Amino acid sequence: MGRTELSGFIATLNRDLSIARREGGEAFLAVLFFVLGALLFPLGVGPEAQLLAAVSAGLIWVMALLSTLLALDRLFQADWREGTLELLVISPEPLPLIIAAKCTAHWIVTGLPMAVAAPVMALLLNLPPEGWLTLVGALLIGGLALSFIGSICAALLIGSRRGGVLMTLLALPLYIPTLIFGAGAVQAAVGGYDSTGHLALMGAITLSSISLCPWVTSAALKQAME
Amino acid sequence: MTKHVLELSNLACRRGGRLLFSGLDLSLTEGGAALVTGPNGSGKSSFLRVIAGLIQPLQGQIHWEGQNAQKFTDNFRSALRYVGHSDGLQPVLSVLENLKYWSQIYGSSQDLKKLNRGLESVGLFDLSELPARVLSAGQRRRLALAKAIATDGRLWLLDEPTVALDRQSIKRIETAISEFRSSGGIVIASTNAPLNLSDCKALDISDYQWAEQN
Repeated sequence: MGRTELSGFIATLNRDLSIARREGGEAFLAVLFFVLGALLFPLGVGPEAQLLAAVSAGLIWVMALLSTLLALDRLFQADWREGTLELLVISPEPLPLIIAAKCTAHWIVTGLPMAVAAPVMALLLNLPPEGWLTLVGALLIGGLALSFIGSICAALLIGSRRGGVLMTLLALPLYIPTLIFGAGAVQAAVGGYDSTGHLALMGAITLSSISLCPWVTSAALKQAME
Repeated sequence: MTKHVLELSNLACRRGGRLLFSGLDLSLTEGGAALVTGPNGSGKSSFLRVIAGLIQPLQGQIHWEGQNAQKFTDNFRSALRYVGHSDGLQPVLSVLENLKYWSQIYGSSQDLKKLNRGLESVGLFDLSELPARVLSAGQRRRLALAKAIATDGRLWLLDEPTVALDRQSIKRIETAISEFRSSGGIVIASTNAPLNLSDCKALDISDYQWAEQN
């Protein structure tokens, strides 16, 4: 079989996706958390349609952020425990490429299902229909950025016992730009404005995270092996 | 003059503020082997991790085929097969899937016959469809070794390869090692258990302790 530059990327992507498939429910818990969390808001705020409509875009995005955060420790923790990660660090494949594959698999398992579930949430939270398409699009693009940026924090916190809380402190500030433009795009669409500007800026954030984060994460992982 | 393929010169390593070893020289030619011994905590694992590139040495150099292996990693890493304390297996994937993934990462042939031969040489062929999580400790160890055996490396670093292995499996591993060496491979193994390697250099890590002070 011919060997290409991307063979390590494809092999790792396939591997992580089949692991998620075998583990079944466990991998999709984050999506469940996303849906259930957002369902609590109408119960807490009360069934006032106007009020919910005004805050729903922000709520859905905050829930997307938190669910991604919840799933971040899945990214490297198991591979680190089993000793796979140290083998990958010294493998002939470029480490950033393998990390990019892991982040992409992470997005397919968490970000993608969230974007698919978003219209249901939009309905439940009374988000005006004009914003639905933008919401799905923004979650698709922004979700990728969340997974790639999150990989840096996941790599830095490998092996730390109180990883969960620290992860929140590390990752949430880095997620703020994505949140602002993501929720902004939906708000603009709902208000009848053009949301292209917000989406373009978010696309720029996503592209730069895809191209830069794997290198930062790879440096953090090498450090963690010492 | 024989060409030294792997050359370690004046290697020193410090972990947690303690100097584990220093002034360690070792050179191996094709087909060569070294057996690293020493009491627990003397730095056998750290020594192998330094060569593998997982730990930066305090001082000293590692050369692979005349190239500095710490700077020019490509050639060295495609030759290197490190089997550490952890087996590096994915529990939900099957035995064969685990092996196949590493053959892809190492860029070796993914020919099913070849992978099956590798599993056969460690006696795991009959279990190839089982998920790795149901394997016993010894079977996991054998699968970890099969990752090196079936993927065309040229330098094996084996950290306690015989831990949890029964007598028959140790025999199998010894056979695999001698076959690998006769095809030109280099092996460095650390062990406290008897491992029968013909014509190998013996390296006692504790000989290199406190070398600076004496």
